[in-house]
Amino acid sequence: MKVMALSAVRPIFVLFCAIAGSAFAHAQVTFDRLLNPSKEPQNWMTYSGDYAGHRFSALDQINVSNAQKITAKWVYQTGATGKLETTPLVVDGILYATAQDDRAFALDARTGRPIWLYQRQLPGDVRPCCGRVNRGMAILGDKVFLGTMDAHIVALDAKTGNVVWDVAAADYKTGHSFTVAPLIVKDLVIIGVSGGEYGVRGFIDAYDSSTGARKWRFYTVPGPGEPGHETWEGDSWKVGGAPAWNTGTYDAATNQIFWPTGNPAPSNRGEGRAGDNLYSNSLLALNADTGKLDWYFQFTKHDEHDWDATQVPVMIDAGGKHLIAQANRNGFFYVLDRTTGKLISANAYGKTTWTDTRDSEGRPIAKKEASPTLEGHTVCPGALGTTNFMAPTYSAKTSLFYVTARDQCDTFSTAPQPYEAGHAYYGSAYFPSDEAEPYRGFLKAIDPATGQIKWQFEHTSPTWSGVLSTAGGLVCTGDAEGNFIALDATSGKPLWHFQMGGAVYAAPMAFAVDGKEYVAIAAGSAIYAFGLP
Amino acid sequence: MYQRTKVRRCRPVVLLWTVSIVMMALSSAACGDDRNPLANDPKAAKAGEYEFRINCALCHGLGARGGGRGPDLTRAQKKHTHSDADMFQVISNGIPGTVMPANGTNGQGIGMTDEEIWQIIAYIRSQEVKAPAQSRGNVAHGKDLFYGDANCSLCHMVEGKGGRVGPDLSSVGGSRTREALIDSVRNPSRRLAWGLTESTKEFAQEYETITVVTADGKEIKGVALNEDNFSVQMIDSNEQIHLLDKDKLRSFSKSRDSLMPKYKTDVLSDKDLEDILAFLSSVGAK
Repeated sequence: MKVMALSAVRPIFVLFCAIAGSAFAHAQVTFDRLLNPSKEPQNWMTYSGDYAGHRFSALDQINVSNAQKITAKWVYQTGATGKLETTPLVVDGILYATAQDDRAFALDARTGRPIWLYQRQLPGDVRPCCGRVNRGMAILGDKVFLGTMDAHIVALDAKTGNVVWDVAAADYKTGHSFTVAPLIVKDLVIIGVSGGEYGVRGFIDAYDSSTGARKWRFYTVPGPGEPGHETWEGDSWKVGGAPAWNTGTYDAATNQIFWPTGNPAPSNRGEGRAGDNLYSNSLLALNADTGKLDWYFQFTKHDEHDWDATQVPVMIDAGGKHLIAQANRNGFFYVLDRTTGKLISANAYGKTTWTDTRDSEGRPIAKKEASPTLEGHTVCPGALGTTNFMAPTYSAKTSLFYVTARDQCDTFSTAPQPYEAGHAYYGSAYFPSDEAEPYRGFLKAIDPATGQIKWQFEHTSPTWSGVLSTAGGLVCTGDAEGNFIALDATSGKPLWHFQMGGAVYAAPMAFAVDGKEYVAIAAGSAIYAFGLP
Repeated sequence: MYQRTKVRRCRPVVLLWTVSIVMMALSSAACGDDRNPLANDPKAAKAGEYEFRINCALCHGLGARGGGRGPDLTRAQKKHTHSDADMFQVISNGIPGTVMPANGTNGQGIGMTDEEIWQIIAYIRSQEVKAPAQSRGNVAHGKDLFYGDANCSLCHMVEGKGGRVGPDLSSVGGSRTREALIDSVRNPSRRLAWGLTESTKEFAQEYETITVVTADGKEIKGVALNEDNFSVQMIDSNEQIHLLDKDKLRSFSKSRDSLMPKYKTDVLSDKDLEDILAFLSSVGAK
């Protein structure tokens, strides 16, 4: 449903809402509804808004012609400190989101008034990498699902926040945790583990949404006798990393999930784990029912720079081809044929110095001299990557892929480090390079057909915000200085901004209630919703 | 895993005296000389080196020899810490009002266990040079130069006296390495070229040079106090603050060439610079 239509038929729509609203408010969120988000653009029911990973809203009430009038509608203070990386879900007028330390809450999406709050009692010795963050929940039936810092999966009653089931997936004391928003496929809750910094053996799990029983597990580091095991030296596979800490996508036509994986461990030291280190830094195509591997594509072989390939893989259908695109942390924008996993193109979209050759498949291969040394030397991109977990967006309307990017180089150093369970396992550290240019941050619009950058908007400093595109011709993003910004999706011209008073680490989404469109994003310690006056 | 309470040798005392605040203060004093339970353990120091590289070296440099942002920790005399217990406290909780963050909050690494903090302390102690080189400079002459002929105080403040356009240097002598200070004087733009993440900036601002031309044609040059995509807050050489919207400016440019002039040896001799460093060190050590 387009919001242009909403405006034109507002009296009818309001009447419709009045009649159907209460019915919707009690409707179950079925898998069929998740499969067809375009039928109900007022709702945002999955992490990326759809299974293709587009993070595109079909709402167009807020558009390029009226964006200057956008105003703040409400703010919800989570009371948490640290970073907010959540993408809210909205279903039938209720917004569900998460905050630090595994808070989860439901709000009246019109007003921001809380309905319920869940606060997990975490063990005192949880030490997750990179902040006590959570990127959001999944919803199915009358439950919402989240992964926790102490490596549990929890199902909450969507109406009360009460715990329905709570299962441990792994031992948090050995560095396992969950930060990712789960993905629902049929009746399964699919989730990937974090902990590459601790030398966990990564996995992707699927749980029965009704009972919490585990239905399958795919280890992202193959064990003895499995294909790919030979790509690890000795026993290094046991602590090989390859976590799966960002949400994948799903193709109902083939019943495949596409799930990206992270760095091999230790992240900055290749010595001791000779080989390609499958399936680290890869995109995996798994059968959604069984977790069996259909194909894989490894973006960075034998990574020594912490370039997790955990960016959202975005499904694009163009020219009769079924493609999947990823703006990778290593600085290249990859397009694959998602029926086969074969590489179609790989083009740099930021500053890269680590490669000057390609293999027979066309994949960039690291130069020997890019490897970290004891005293360190400079490589671009840096350890934070050209992009990172910031969710990208694809607009079928402009046929452009929008992604947050940074140009930053780092000095990578390495030193031997023994593995010790539950302790950091990096094999060294990285430093800002004093030979490099100052850091620069951008929003880039990439044409997936050519890999060319159509436009770029430079931020004052690099941001960790994700991006939303809308049928109103807008792209929305946040910046490190606390602004929420709406830009023209075609030209990159900023049309409107609002100072939220806290840096952005989350990605925006859009929804509508009572015929009014809202755009929401987390910044600082709060969730903000914006709309027209 | 070591818990903090397990390694305090005065624990029985603490247990007996936990009934009042006064007693707590006494117990704290009693613990003041607490030593690292892993002291002089080469294996612990080696493990501490790994942890140091991950968690500390970004600011304090490889080998704990100091960086542009963090002090040289190989000095036996430290500004904020004396005993191992002090050091444990500082690593755990950071130093308020400075860029030294609490354990696990610096955006680097994943935070440390108590045992890992003691390992780092063992490592730092193993790197300490017991007899640091004596400052060769003349403090009194350095002070005269700072407030006089070298013109430092036109822009920099020390102990409440001086200018506001550049960073306050009251504590810099106690927290920066000699090499970093010399580099900042001889080549002031170099540090501005470093890309710094928010949590590791040496100062609250980066002292980038801003030049704007306002709608009425007036040129203003100064340093940025803050900036985002849409507005800039700056201070000019007359210490006037300007609050400006970028879209209303005729031009806006930003440079990593510092407003501070390069003090080459023909302007400031090595001996005079040594005297200024001696002055800054004498103040910074307070």
